[in-house]
Amino acid sequence: MRYLTDRKRAVGWGSAKTGTAHFWVMKVSSAGLLVLIPLFLLTFAPMLGQDFETVSAYYERPFPAIVAALTLWVGFMHFKDGVQVLIEDYVHGTAQKILIIAMICLSYAAAATGLFAIARLAL
Amino acid sequence: MADVNRGNRPLSPHLTVYRPQLTSVTSILVRITGNAIVIAALLIVWWFLAASTSAEYFAVADGVLTSWFGDLVMVLSLWGLWYHTLGGVRHLIWDNAVGLDLPTAEKLGWAAIGGSAVLTVLTLLVI
Repeated sequence: MRYLTDRKRAVGWGSAKTGTAHFWVMKVSSAGLLVLIPLFLLTFAPMLGQDFETVSAYYERPFPAIVAALTLWVGFMHFKDGVQVLIEDYVHGTAQKILIIAMICLSYAAAATGLFAIARLAL
Repeated sequence: MADVNRGNRPLSPHLTVYRPQLTSVTSILVRITGNAIVIAALLIVWWFLAASTSAEYFAVADGVLTSWFGDLVMVLSLWGLWYHTLGGVRHLIWDNAVGLDLPTAEKLGWAAIGGSAVLTVLTLLVI
């Protein structure tokens, strides 16, 4: 046993067998968002309520556009995995499966829409 | 296994028998804030989509997000975002199996409540 790492000893246990991977994905995305969220607030918040020309010109710049794209993508992937745990705790049976599938679809749809919009603004 | 009574069994006491404590309330708040701010996130995606479409569409989306109701949603979400962020930091600390004793956990809880309020006001003032 002492030749195995802690992570190796945890992999493959539990009812879903993938809890370790889920935990790690949440940890990585939360660490990423810790950097992205302040950067996103600094760039996005001043633009809220500005006129159309100012906003289009601002998001043609690489830094605000890349920060916004990364924040929306990583944020929605973090939500996808987080809301799954919420649903698993309170909803069961067929409704649970439908809700989890719906939330995964919503997360990808919102992230893709965000990326498309930012790409069109930036290019 | 055929005759196992699968319903109508006595259940052991669950969450509802406990008095709310700082540690439980701060934990539940992380979940509530984290999932509630998806509303603001979807509104922001809509705002970007409108900005990439036309000036008229952007005026509609920006108008909704900066109306009194939009402001209310955005300010509450800003607090939710900061609270969830600090709550997440708390979890990243706990993941290393440190700070799990009650006094430290409660101190971190108050830090998340106070810190999120301070950061929300600071964000509103600076930006």
